[in-house]
Amino acid sequence: MIHPIPSGTRDVLPDETREVRAITDALRGVFERHGYGEVYTPALEYESVLARADMADAQPAYRVFDETGAVLALRSDMTVPIARVVATRYPTVDPPLRFCYLAHCYRGVRPQRGQPRELLQAGIELIGAPAPQGTAEALGVLCSALDAVGLEGYRIGLGDASLFPALMASLGVPQEARARLMSALVNRDFVALEEHLAGLELSAHARELLLDVPQRRGGPEVLEASATAAVDAAANMRQVHELLEPQVAERVIFDLGLVRSIGYYTGAVFEVYDPALGAPIGGGGRYDELLGRFGRSLPAVGFALGVERLHIALAGEERGEPGQAHAGALPL
Amino acid sequence: MSAINGLTIAVPRGALFTETVDLLEGLGLDTAELRSNDRKLLFEDIGVITMRPSDVPTYVESGAADIGITGKDVLLEQAAQGTGDPAQREVYELLDLGYGRCTMVLASKAGPDPAAEALRRLGVMRVATKYPRIAAGHLEETGRQAEIVEVKGSVELAPLTGMVEAIVDLTATGTTLREHNLIVREEIVECTARLIANPVAHKLRAREMDRLLERLRGV
Repeated sequence: MIHPIPSGTRDVLPDETREVRAITDALRGVFERHGYGEVYTPALEYESVLARADMADAQPAYRVFDETGAVLALRSDMTVPIARVVATRYPTVDPPLRFCYLAHCYRGVRPQRGQPRELLQAGIELIGAPAPQGTAEALGVLCSALDAVGLEGYRIGLGDASLFPALMASLGVPQEARARLMSALVNRDFVALEEHLAGLELSAHARELLLDVPQRRGGPEVLEASATAAVDAAANMRQVHELLEPQVAERVIFDLGLVRSIGYYTGAVFEVYDPALGAPIGGGGRYDELLGRFGRSLPAVGFALGVERLHIALAGEERGEPGQAHAGALPL
Repeated sequence: MSAINGLTIAVPRGALFTETVDLLEGLGLDTAELRSNDRKLLFEDIGVITMRPSDVPTYVESGAADIGITGKDVLLEQAAQGTGDPAQREVYELLDLGYGRCTMVLASKAGPDPAAEALRRLGVMRVATKYPRIAAGHLEETGRQAEIVEVKGSVELAPLTGMVEAIVDLTATGTTLREHNLIVREEIVECTARLIANPVAHKLRAREMDRLLERLRGV
């Protein structure tokens, strides 16, 4: 008999559960050791509450009506529910506040792409700790967590969400063209970016910077080379980098073009890459304006790791997948 | 190992193949076996895997290939449908390689446009295509109701048999269309070969990839 389950969802059977449990136990241990208290929140929230955050591409995708006709949505991340928790359960407690979670989140999928509708995320939120110290702390916890689960070849891409908007503003890109350029960058389409730029009245120098700066990634030298227009964002990144422990700092790849698909990030953003997996394992960043939308304005930073992806990457590293050969060739 | 900077590249079989292999040869790759053996898929010693153009984004997105070459038509067709920006495959589009230039067009039988007549009298036009998303997107953007009929080959047959009033298809010279008494009514988008990259490889192998880009821009 066939009793299907929705595509993008899975039953997790004992062998896999045992392996996943080893990962989540290690992550939880690191989070707790760094003072992050674990929270649970409801998988279902009022849609109107979740809608306070700008989720862009990661909006809640599944909605139901409750018995009174109110619209409930399945959360698409844990950052927004925790922002709600901070504003409602800790309205007067002195920051910083530290939370961690291991929770399922729900995302819409594109058909036949093997994308999960239900994903297990592990992460932390550090509320009330401004840049750069807060960001450096989060990156330190991130690396400790990845080390604890035994991932070896990983790197952290570090960028700044404010970089490209600032660059456009300072180079005089007309307001009405900025969304188009930004969306080309978000879609990772440098050909479209170049085409859009060619149609704008800008100096050749400005055009070159707008195309070239977001493609710069690598060691600290990319910060040196960055345009004066991007100097604030570059300075932010350098400040964070200087605060990192050496074993964390050496994992960092500066990426002046890094943008994330979630809309609430305001400053530093980061992603985790491993040669054994073709997609980022997780990521995060600063969201200094999100808490304010829930009524308690505090700077904040956090990250989420996809536990399934982490598991795949670990298994790939164990097998010494072809990707592993790349690790030796990494520019440091 | 003589792969390009140690990168694995997904190469499209079909219309883009010859020019792609020429390009790789220009970069110093030994392409003799690639040219002579059209049944082999995996050329490990030169870091090349070959496949249909429409499979290139799949292999690159998954990381099985670090970079790949495919047509813009393929990338557009695989962009997800939905409101707002079409969310593309999770790959970087790095460079317009300029070759394989062709145009996505809307065409119908010569004479009074049967598609316009269908739209006027029946309120909907039937359109056959191998590119249902591009076709549906174009007709939606231009405010016309259409019934998209997906076919897998020889799209020209569909209007000649009366199954549809128009087609959306890729044309380079227009010869096939003319041979079937079809004329181009609208040009939708120009398509060329594009260099795409896996998002993780783009970061972890930045130096190798940038060196390749520099050489390609210089060619």
